[in-house]
Amino acid sequence: MGFKVAACASTGNLANSVAAHAARAGMRHVVFIPADLEAGKVVATAVYGPDLVAVEGSYDDVNRLCSELASEHPTWAFVNVNLRTYYAEGSKTLAFETAEQLGWDAPDHVVVPVASGSQLTKIAKGFAELARVGLLDEVPSVRVSGAQAEGCAPVATAYAEGHDHVRPVKPATIAKSLAIGNPADGPYAIEAVRTSGGTLASVSDAEIVDAMVLLARTEGIFAETAGGVTIATLAKLVSQGVVRTDERVVAYVTGHGLKTLEAVSGAVGPTATIAPTLAAFDEALPHAGESA
Amino acid sequence: MATIRIPTQLRSLTGGAAEVDVDGATVGELLKALDAAHPGFSERLFDDDGRIRRFVNVFVAEEDVRFLSGLDTMVGERQTVSIVPAVAGG
Repeated sequence: MGFKVAACASTGNLANSVAAHAARAGMRHVVFIPADLEAGKVVATAVYGPDLVAVEGSYDDVNRLCSELASEHPTWAFVNVNLRTYYAEGSKTLAFETAEQLGWDAPDHVVVPVASGSQLTKIAKGFAELARVGLLDEVPSVRVSGAQAEGCAPVATAYAEGHDHVRPVKPATIAKSLAIGNPADGPYAIEAVRTSGGTLASVSDAEIVDAMVLLARTEGIFAETAGGVTIATLAKLVSQGVVRTDERVVAYVTGHGLKTLEAVSGAVGPTATIAPTLAAFDEALPHAGESA
Repeated sequence: MATIRIPTQLRSLTGGAAEVDVDGATVGELLKALDAAHPGFSERLFDDDGRIRRFVNVFVAEEDVRFLSGLDTMVGERQTVSIVPAVAGG
């Protein structure tokens, strides 16, 4: 397509991906992030050698800057700006892989984290398209529910108020990967939720951390804060009866916990720090030898 | 006099100009003046109720006017108003 530079505006995960792929392709890359992103995401992007621009502002500031830069640099491929159609369609693979792993069947209900709203919208689209191309025998009825953090829930708020006019907010949440205060795809996400019979809900930062720990301790999966948002919302929707116990549910846990260590490092840690002696161990874990 | 930054998609209305200087005290006045100088902007920027269209963002000195006073946001001399089509990401 004639582009010379790969670029993006990112809350962290897209930055990692664009930088890695551009490095592998031998392409110059310029990646824009909020300056206060978690260290894991910053390092996991910087290591690939982009021009990594840390913007002193929110992701929405980064997004606006990149929108303006895309106009000024026509040979720069901003993955989620001027190449957005390709980027957005890529999210459909989340639906394709789900159906494939279910033996070419669709789940009854999915719970998807919502930042811009694009991913949820395209997951719904992906399931619908599988029937059109014959990979599913019939058009699936998948209830699509969205999950946001209370500190940045403009889409869930609009949904709860019964309209689709998403009012921008100033994000204040540990779920930085979902901290998009002005989600342009919000109205489309609300439409996908309403037409499918799902819902949109939000959870507190404390619930997010608890869910990250819960997922790790029950499933052995360490997810980043966005995963905590999804699991906490799933739990809330189950307790409310919105997610029914007779449904086959898929929850999208979209990032690894190593990217957001700061979120849980205050909640978990060593059980004890001891001198290398038997006595020190016995003192620290006096009941270690007892049967469970 | 304030400066309005024009997005690429709308520069055909300004003969290719990326910035236009217009007179006005508020965002609303400035955008009306922009349309007067370069017809076609009102239709692209405003809905039938006279509100800024859903997928159009307007910033005054890097702040979204929806966090300020909307179209009534005062704009100082030589401040910049940016029209930025909505794009999201993550």
